[in-house]
Amino acid sequence: MSASPLVSAFRSSLSEAWANGAGLLLPLGFFAGTAILVPFTLGPEADLLSRVGPGILWLALALSSMVTLERVFQADLQDGALDLWLLDSGSISMVAAIKTLTHWLVSGFPLVLLTPLLGYGLGVPAAKMGPAMLGYAMGGLVFFLWGGVAAALSASVARAGLLIALLALPLYVPALIFGVQMVEAGFDSPSFLFLCATMLFALGVAPAAMGAALRLAAE
Amino acid sequence: MLSYLANPLRFMRFSRVAVPISFALGVLMIGWSLYNGLFVVPPDEAQGGDLMRAMFTHVPSAWLCMGLYAALAGASFVWFIWRHELADVAARAIAPIGAGYTALCFITGSIWGQKGWGAGWHNLILGDSRLMSVLVLFFLFLGYMALRAALETRQKAARAAAILAMIGFVNVPIIKVSVDMWQTTTIHQPSSVISIGNPEPRGEGSGMNIVYLQQLLWGFGGHSLLAAAMIMMLMRSEVYTQQADRALALKLEGA
Repeated sequence: MSASPLVSAFRSSLSEAWANGAGLLLPLGFFAGTAILVPFTLGPEADLLSRVGPGILWLALALSSMVTLERVFQADLQDGALDLWLLDSGSISMVAAIKTLTHWLVSGFPLVLLTPLLGYGLGVPAAKMGPAMLGYAMGGLVFFLWGGVAAALSASVARAGLLIALLALPLYVPALIFGVQMVEAGFDSPSFLFLCATMLFALGVAPAAMGAALRLAAE
Repeated sequence: MLSYLANPLRFMRFSRVAVPISFALGVLMIGWSLYNGLFVVPPDEAQGGDLMRAMFTHVPSAWLCMGLYAALAGASFVWFIWRHELADVAARAIAPIGAGYTALCFITGSIWGQKGWGAGWHNLILGDSRLMSVLVLFFLFLGYMALRAALETRQKAARAAAILAMIGFVNVPIIKVSVDMWQTTTIHQPSSVISIGNPEPRGEGSGMNIVYLQQLLWGFGGHSLLAAAMIMMLMRSEVYTQQADRALALKLEGA
């Protein structure tokens, strides 16, 4: 296969992120909003907030990764890009992987960059923020991969937001648990290795599933 | 036997007889295990007194909900690879029954656990790893049914749902491991139905007392037969619906 479908998938994802104004800002706002509202629900105790801070950020990350999932493949299905990719490349799984990675780059990675600020605000110790950021980056990728599978499966469904959340949430559980534990225990823990394994597993399996689902959605 | 029944005609002929028989046998066996479990066997004070009688429903439904998810994934796999219509009909019928048994397992488990685990642990239903695994399984079943309901054509729904069931199935062990790591000191007792090497009842690391085990196995057999009967009933109605649709389509074409 030629590289051109992959390049075009990358480009279209990038430009979709900037289109319609707030596309990129929506998950960022959702992420920051969740992290800022939770202290109000828990009370202002510094001990408590610094202890639950990393967990709150994980929760905010998992929820805000779902905000944009509905749009990932639906636009390609509607404007016919999906059909063109299917005609041209024959490996729709690669296109799906590229789309998911780009999606993570534009709406997952900025959240990681925002975490030190929010973590500082919640009083999370600075020593924990290094492992935490890597954890958020890897966990976010897992969320986007499984979320991408859910989005691809429901690409032809009109209002699929709730459906995608229902399909993706059980698959989020392992990355969430290993991620939270890895932030607590640092790089030197089995949880970190488990998180790596979960990410590699998702990287291996999810694109194939997305490819199968997209081929079905295009029919 | 499965390949023998893969023929829809043979399946319909088999299930016409098998449904009422396994339904009646299942109800009888469940009734027998419930009667003995609720009224005859002595309460086990170490397991929450009379509350441990929930076991005769809880443990069979726990086994069944895992077995049914595996069956769902298996049927989906068969349909996805060989496009065998009856496998999809089976997968579609397994989902609601599996969801029902998952809910039953979670509800009986949380009632038993809330009281049986004693003071200090109550209200920790969402804090026990084995119950949480069951809850996640419930959402996997729900997602499967929701996806089927959302897609417009039967063919599309079947394909998408099969992909989802297989994806869910390969993730189940990972979810299980992660939930176990999340709560390393579960208050749920470890599996103690069968233990090889120490047949002495009620000792350290021993298997279950034989009076309980008998009722448990009657309950498991009964619930398995009941689930099989309900699944075959749903499959039969689905086959009839498809035949009716086909007849209607032929009529509309003016054939």
